Amino acid sequence: MKDRPAQPADIDGNPVTPGLPMAMLAEITHRCPLACPYCSNPMELVRAGAEISAEDWGRVFRQAADLGVLQVHISGGEPGARRDLAQIVAHARDAGLYVNLITSGIGITEDRLRELDDAGVDHVQLSLQGIRPDMADRISGHPGSWNKKMAFAEWVTRIGFPLTINAVVHRQNMERLPEMLELAEGLGARRIEVATVQFHGWADLNRDALMPTREQAVFARRIVDEGRLRLRGRMVIDYVPADHHAVYPKACMGGWGSTGLNVGPDGTVLPCHAAQSIPWMRFENVQDRSLSDIWHLSDSFNAFRGTAWMPEPCQSCERKSVDFGGCRCQAMALAGDARATDPVCSLSPLHASVVEAAEASAAGPTDSLVYRRMSRAD
Amino acid sequence: MTPLIAPADIPYLPRGVRLQRDRVRDITVLQAPERALRLDAVGEAILSELDGIRSMADISAALAARYDAPEAQISADMRDFLTGLIERRMVFVKGAP
Repeated sequence: MKDRPAQPADIDGNPVTPGLPMAMLAEITHRCPLACPYCSNPMELVRAGAEISAEDWGRVFRQAADLGVLQVHISGGEPGARRDLAQIVAHARDAGLYVNLITSGIGITEDRLRELDDAGVDHVQLSLQGIRPDMADRISGHPGSWNKKMAFAEWVTRIGFPLTINAVVHRQNMERLPEMLELAEGLGARRIEVATVQFHGWADLNRDALMPTREQAVFARRIVDEGRLRLRGRMVIDYVPADHHAVYPKACMGGWGSTGLNVGPDGTVLPCHAAQSIPWMRFENVQDRSLSDIWHLSDSFNAFRGTAWMPEPCQSCERKSVDFGGCRCQAMALAGDARATDPVCSLSPLHASVVEAAEASAAGPTDSLVYRRMSRAD
Repeated sequence: MTPLIAPADIPYLPRGVRLQRDRVRDITVLQAPERALRLDAVGEAILSELDGIRSMADISAALAARYDAPEAQISADMRDFLTGLIERRMVFVKGAP
């Protein structure tokens, strides 16, 4: 047992007891051939020159496994943009981790996919931006993306990987959800993740073009419920609903610093992928400190652990250990305060204004999109 | 819950699903796409028997003999447990050859 200096404490100095992480998101690069307007990467993208090496990732994976991590989600950007992806995957398997590869399917050839099979990828998750070429290519900002993705899905099945389809839904495609389920089933997917756009970062720039209407949110819920019955035992549907239309907020990350962590392309360690939207928070890097120390001792991970930091109405709410006050990044974005009750919660004093703003965006005067791009500054 | 497996069916762990020892927590987990499921002793005993050759009826008979337990009970528990995992696509079944 290593010496642990002081008892870890939350943002108010209340003692907290860190648990053990189960899953790690490894965003190994921010480079991506697509330009989806709801990209979950931070606004400040990390450039290729700042990416840590495959050997560094190997060290991080071993530290993660020692810390209790069981699964790694290798994502990006597009992870295939790294030529050494197979080496990174092999390091993760050597560390004993279960490897999920989350990809756009663009830029990985069939030969390369076979290399990734040899390297030990356990499961492939393929993003789709639409059910037909026109929509998929427009949303991804990448002409020809649809055909490449369909070819990729076929290789995945031919090699035998389990396949998950990752479908992000928003105002411009929600009516197509039934066809998206059919498409996923036809591609032989074991799972589909239907995730409503989360309005942080890039997506927030596109609120007026992407915010679903209340009727769409109700429709999507019904399609998911019916689909789960019809597809029972054939395909699993995981669903992230539109939380601007919900009664209670989502239990983001299952509680801050409780079960997951995210390591970015340059080795920055985050409690969630959007945490950098909290401007005052300082994050540590695997180049400077061990993952275990960062998990157990860093201010960023301890800030919102437990429930003692919560303000009212969360503090006296019986759901405080169910949804953990909601999403800290959403509280930052909508209330201007990362400590606040997530304003999408119906108990938040800001809830009425959030709903009003969401409905105004949903009635959106525009369908035009701001795409995610790396700046050309240097 | 309508069962998704009959006694003569052969349950197996498909590609991408495997049992793994969690050395940090000292438990066995079922690793599957985007899920790591903690197993109790019963779950581990059942899943360790899946070999893609024997039927559910064969396996429940073997477990009943090993643990000296009523086979009807084991068989019902196994059917419900496996149905839950089949729903989550963590266990597949094939018919008898």
